[in-house]
Amino acid sequence: MYELFKDLGSWLVSGEQWTGADGIGHRLAEHLQYSLLATLIAAVIALPLGLLIGHTGRGAFVAVNLVSFGRALPTVGLVVLVFLASGLSMTPVYVALVALAVPAIVTNTYAGMNAVDPEVKDAARGQGMRGHQVLFQVEIPLALPLIMTGLRLALIQVVATATIAAYVSFGGLGRYVFDGLAQRDLVQVLGGAVLVAVVAVVLDLALSGLQRVLFRRRTAA
Amino acid sequence: MIRFDAVNKRFPNGTTAVHDLTLEMPEGGVTVLVGSSGCGKTTTLRMINRMVEPTSGTIRLGGKDVLTQDAADLRRGIGYVIQQSGLFPHRTVLDNIATVPLLLGWGRRKARTRAAELLETVGLTAEAGRRYPHQLSGGQQQRVGVARALAADPPVLLMDEPFGAVDPVVRTQLQDELLRLQKDLNKTIVFVTHDIDEAVRLGDRIAVFRTGGHLVQCAAPAELLARPADGFVAGFLGAERELKLLSLTTLAEVPVERARVVREGEAPPRAGDGGPCLVVSARNEPLGWLDPEPGAPEVPSPVRPLRDTDSLLAALNESIASPTGLIVRVDAEGALTGVTARETIHEHAGRRHQEAARAARKAQEAREGNGRQDQGEETREGGEGPEAREHREAGSRKSADAVPPSPAAPAASAPGTSTPKTPGGAG
Repeated sequence: MYELFKDLGSWLVSGEQWTGADGIGHRLAEHLQYSLLATLIAAVIALPLGLLIGHTGRGAFVAVNLVSFGRALPTVGLVVLVFLASGLSMTPVYVALVALAVPAIVTNTYAGMNAVDPEVKDAARGQGMRGHQVLFQVEIPLALPLIMTGLRLALIQVVATATIAAYVSFGGLGRYVFDGLAQRDLVQVLGGAVLVAVVAVVLDLALSGLQRVLFRRRTAA
Repeated sequence: MIRFDAVNKRFPNGTTAVHDLTLEMPEGGVTVLVGSSGCGKTTTLRMINRMVEPTSGTIRLGGKDVLTQDAADLRRGIGYVIQQSGLFPHRTVLDNIATVPLLLGWGRRKARTRAAELLETVGLTAEAGRRYPHQLSGGQQQRVGVARALAADPPVLLMDEPFGAVDPVVRTQLQDELLRLQKDLNKTIVFVTHDIDEAVRLGDRIAVFRTGGHLVQCAAPAELLARPADGFVAGFLGAERELKLLSLTTLAEVPVERARVVREGEAPPRAGDGGPCLVVSARNEPLGWLDPEPGAPEVPSPVRPLRDTDSLLAALNESIASPTGLIVRVDAEGALTGVTARETIHEHAGRRHQEAARAARKAQEAREGNGRQDQGEETREGGEGPEAREHREAGSRKSADAVPPSPAAPAASAPGTSTPKTPGGAG
C-alpha cells in the first residue's frame, strides 16, 4: 500500500508527466475545455428554462423532479447510445455531459426564483414594474446566489464525469484512467482519479469563495 | 376621488371576496376600510391599482375607469404600501425609495435626490439611506415603505395594514407621523386595517366590512361610534365605543377652574385647610399634588398635565388616576392654566355623546328621502335587516357628501350616514 502511494507521488511530481501532448498539463487543459463548454451549453439551455418556470410558476413539477431524473441518468449508457447513433465524435460526450448538467441548473434556478419572498414580488408589481422588470430587477438578483450554486454544482459534476471523453478515445484526465486500466498500470489509474478529484475540489472551493465575496453585502433578507 | 360602482369580486375557487360594493372615497381624505380577516377589505384596496381585477362593476379613479388604463402605468401613479413593507432586500434604502421615479424614467441622479428628500420627510437619517432594509428596525422599514410610495408624489396612496407588524408604541408614532404628513400632503388615502382604534384615529371616513365582502356602514368616525348601523358594527366597535368617541373630542371646550396652588419651596398649606394643593415650579409648571393632612405622603404625588389639544378620553383617564379627582391643565408652554373636576369632564363626555348621536340622526333624517327610493328594488339574501340594507345603500351613495372632519372636530360638522340602531334588524 505504502509502495503504491510512493509511486503515485513520484508519478504526480515527475517532470516528464507534466509536459508534452500526453502530459498532465495538456490533459488538464482538455479536461477543463470539455467541462466548461459542456456546462456553458447546459447553462444556455437550463437558465432560461429555470427562470421561465420560476417566473410564471408553471411547470414547477418538472423543475423539482428533473434533478432526480438527472441523478438516475446512466451517463456512460448515454454516451454509448449517442455514439451508436452519431458515430465517433465529441458529440456523444457533450450530449451526456450537458444532460448531466441541465437538471442541476434548472432545479436550483427554479428553487432560487421560488424562494423570492412573494411579498417582495407583489410589492414590485404594485410599484408598477412590468413582468420583465420584476424578473430582471427583483427576481434574478434575489435568486442569484442559488442560481450560482446550481452552476457550480453542474460544473463540479461535469468535471468529475468528463473522464468519459477518454472512453470514446478522446483526451482529458480520463485518458490516464482508461489507459492505466488497459495497461494494468494501477499508479496511472490512481493518478488520473486523484487529479480529477483535486480539480473538482479546487474549482468548488474557488467558486464558492467567489460566491461569498459577491453576496457578502446582503446576508439575511 | 375613487368611486366603486356595483363592484363584485369572485375568486375562481368560488369565494366571494367583495359583494356588490358601491362606495366613494373622497379626494384628500383618509378612507379606512375595516373588518375582520376575510371580509374583502384588502381585495377592495387591491382592485384600485388592479393588483386584483374585479369580476364585475367599475372602479373609477379621478373619473377614469381603472380597467381602461395600462396596469403598470396606473400603479406608477398610485402609492402602494403593504404590510411588512415589501422592500427589495438587494437594494439600498435610497434605491428602494427611488423605485418608482426610476421606473418613470427620471434618471438616476434626480431619482436619488428625490429619495434623499423623502428620507427626511419620513424621519430617517441620510445614513439610513445607504443601508439595506434588513439592517433597519420594523418601524424604520415601514417608514421606508411610506417614502417609497410617496416618491413620485402620487395623488392617491393605498396602504394595506402598513403598521400591522410593528409594536404598539412604534405604531402610535407612525400613525402620528402619517397624520402629520397628511396635513401637508393632502393625499387621497385608502387605508386597510383590522384595528378599530387605528381606524378611528386615522380615518376621515370609516367603511366597515363584514365577512363575505359586504359593506355594512360607511361614516365619519364620530357618527359610526355614536350610531352604529347594526349589531355587527356595534360588536366590531367593541364595548368601549363610547369611550372611543371621546378620543375624537379635545378638552378645549371644557371649562377651567382655579386651582389651589403652592409654589415649590414655599411653606406647605396647613392641615384641615381645604384638601390637597398643587405644587408648581417657579415657571408655573405643575409638579404634583401635596396633601397637607397628617399621615399623607410628604412628597407631592405626580401629575400628568393635559393640554387643550389632548382628548376628552385622556382627561377622563387622568381624572380616574388623579388622587383629587381633578385634572391639571396647562397651556402649550406647559404653564398651569387651572384644573377641571372629574364631574365636569364626565358631564361633558355625556353631552358629547348626545351631540354626536343627534348629529348622526339629523344627517340620517336629511337623507331619508334619498334612502327610501331604493327600498323594494333590491333583492338580497336573508338574515339582514332592512335598516342595515337601506343604510348600506345610503351609506355608500352619500359618502361623498360628507365633509371629512378633522379627528378633533365635533360630530355636528360631520354629517354622514347612519340609521337608527336596530341590532338584528327586524324585517
